[in-house]
Amino acid sequence: MSQRDFYGFDTLSVHAGAVPDSHTGARATPIYLSTAFVFQDSDHAAALFNMEQAGHVYSRISNPTVAVLEERIAALESGVGAIATASGQAALHLAIATIAGAGSHIVASTALYGGSHNLLHYTLRRFGIETSFVDPRNLDAWRAAIRPNTRLLFGETLGNPGLDVLDIPNVAAIAHAQGLPLLVDSTFTTPYLIKPADLGADLVYHSATKFLCGHGTVLGGLVVDSGRFDWIKSGRFPELTEPYEGFHGMVFAEESTVAPFLLRARREGLRDFGACLSPMNAFQILQGVETLSIRMERHVANAQKISLYLHSHDSVSKVSYPGLPSHPDHALANRLMPRGCGAVFSFDLKGDRAAGRRFVEALQIFSHLANVGDARSLVIHPASTTHFRMDGAALAAAGIGEGTLRLSIGLENADDLIADLGRAFKVAAKA
Amino acid sequence: MKHHLNGDSVYVYTGGKPFDRQRRVVVFVHGAQADHSIWCLQSRYLAHHGFAVLAVDLPGHGASAGTPLTKVTDMASWLLNLLRSLQVSAATLVGHSMGSLIALEASGQAPAMVTGLVLVGTAFPMRVSDTLLQAAQTDEAKAFDMINSWSHSSLTHHPGCPGPGFSVFVQQRRLMERQQKGALYNDFAACNVYADGFARAEAVQCPTLLILGSNDMMTPAKAGRALAAKIHHSTVVEIAHCGHSQSTERPDAVLGALKTFLGKPTSTH
Repeated sequence: MSQRDFYGFDTLSVHAGAVPDSHTGARATPIYLSTAFVFQDSDHAAALFNMEQAGHVYSRISNPTVAVLEERIAALESGVGAIATASGQAALHLAIATIAGAGSHIVASTALYGGSHNLLHYTLRRFGIETSFVDPRNLDAWRAAIRPNTRLLFGETLGNPGLDVLDIPNVAAIAHAQGLPLLVDSTFTTPYLIKPADLGADLVYHSATKFLCGHGTVLGGLVVDSGRFDWIKSGRFPELTEPYEGFHGMVFAEESTVAPFLLRARREGLRDFGACLSPMNAFQILQGVETLSIRMERHVANAQKISLYLHSHDSVSKVSYPGLPSHPDHALANRLMPRGCGAVFSFDLKGDRAAGRRFVEALQIFSHLANVGDARSLVIHPASTTHFRMDGAALAAAGIGEGTLRLSIGLENADDLIADLGRAFKVAAKA
Repeated sequence: MKHHLNGDSVYVYTGGKPFDRQRRVVVFVHGAQADHSIWCLQSRYLAHHGFAVLAVDLPGHGASAGTPLTKVTDMASWLLNLLRSLQVSAATLVGHSMGSLIALEASGQAPAMVTGLVLVGTAFPMRVSDTLLQAAQTDEAKAFDMINSWSHSSLTHHPGCPGPGFSVFVQQRRLMERQQKGALYNDFAACNVYADGFARAEAVQCPTLLILGSNDMMTPAKAGRALAAKIHHSTVVEIAHCGHSQSTERPDAVLGALKTFLGKPTSTH
């Protein structure tokens, strides 16, 4: 592919990172299901191990199919590179573990996916990494929570469960003023709706399981480095600026001026933690990425139409969707993500926990399960599933009502989805 | 490693090995708006295969302090002074783009010190288009985009540099963004006005290799060959499907050409 000018998003979605296979001419990206790759000779082997030459050694560290996905997402996110992982959770762990360790501190938004909150609040604490959680809308709280041992700030482009829109430019400015990077989870938005790196985020990660894959088939994750953060100037990251005995005494920031984070994440994190992505999964995610913009346009259009329907429905007390003027972050969302606010949102059904249960069970097109970002529309009722142990007060403290339902709007005809919801409202109303 | 020259801090990457001047010295010189990291693979390989490697950050570039020098002749003098201060009496100079002019000029200023020349992505005259020069002066971001677009033959480089999963394209953009404001115009202006290229080429006494990219739009291979024709004992290697960022677009091909040219660490040039 000859480069004569910059390519648009759709072209990158289809082509970035891939060329016809040099041996067979295969136009689609082949699935290289090979654990290891043959060295040309002993010198080549040593050079690959010592990062004197580029190439594949062992599929835990890199793989040709996985590399296509990594380079494609890097191109779409304006990153200097990416690392694919076994899941979104693995991507989050890799990002943190590369620059934080026992004694480190993180400042994170309170509006996080439950799995991320678990990792930060419970699991990483056990390994000596402490997290302070702050209201993502309170910029003073972000600033005040930073400590001398803080290593990063972390939030989601659209927070959970209320879809709080992260003010990336301002939170990034707070981080950068203290020599810290901002890590952003952009799973709900994908690079089609927002490019956090262009707004100031330094590290971006995805659960590729969701919209990037888009079909509810495989798990995967990606962490992207914008390449803009100056790790040397910060002075807070000896992991990247001082010799690392675990990799031949390498000083990652000397090897690469703009991508030392990714060097260490791959050479240490993938190597030692081993949460790599299967090439089969990478292939499936690549298929999804090729149609990302087309799918996201439909996802967003459907979500906008359905959110309006719900907003005007008598059985609904609240719809948390930044695409609606009633959402507190509507103006910020319009500014940061003008193409739309994604297709995952929650609404509050009037009534009790049982009404929510009846509503879910009456749906015929929406699938009742714990996932988002599928081609199919999905629904979950937290009070009877993910949060079923909580009483009403505990649910309220978590920002969840007994009738709160989370929807992930799929690619079906919006009118059919609205009819399905209408049917469920009627059933839910019959006590 | 950090070094000091004329009161300014100078950063020199040594390929992940301590610098040992007793070994055969290979010096890498980056081009405009760049730093040592464009040579990360080749310099690291050679440092681990018996050579003493110095990949410099020119003044006001990368991690070297100071103000960028404004003339290629001064840059060459600075490079030679750096080598003298490191007690290097002879070296092979490997330069990319503006760095190739610096290496060529240095060979003329101190022929006894330069025992081999490798000119990568080179041309003479190295004129910069008025449009690009103006953008470099008034709108650096636009100039970066133009350079990035013209410097790469493809968006896709396998297996990537410094390894799989990295975007060669975006890395170059970020590297340009990292340099001092004004450095790009300074560097381009220096290339534009350098006038001694053919004279220095005709006077070259050491073995010389030119590594050119078949799709190089910044310094077209045709222009590189014209320069090669002026140099006695020159060899040309043209890398197919390669633009102007040879060391990162086709790192193995550049390394292969370097290995063939340099021979064993104990050989003479």
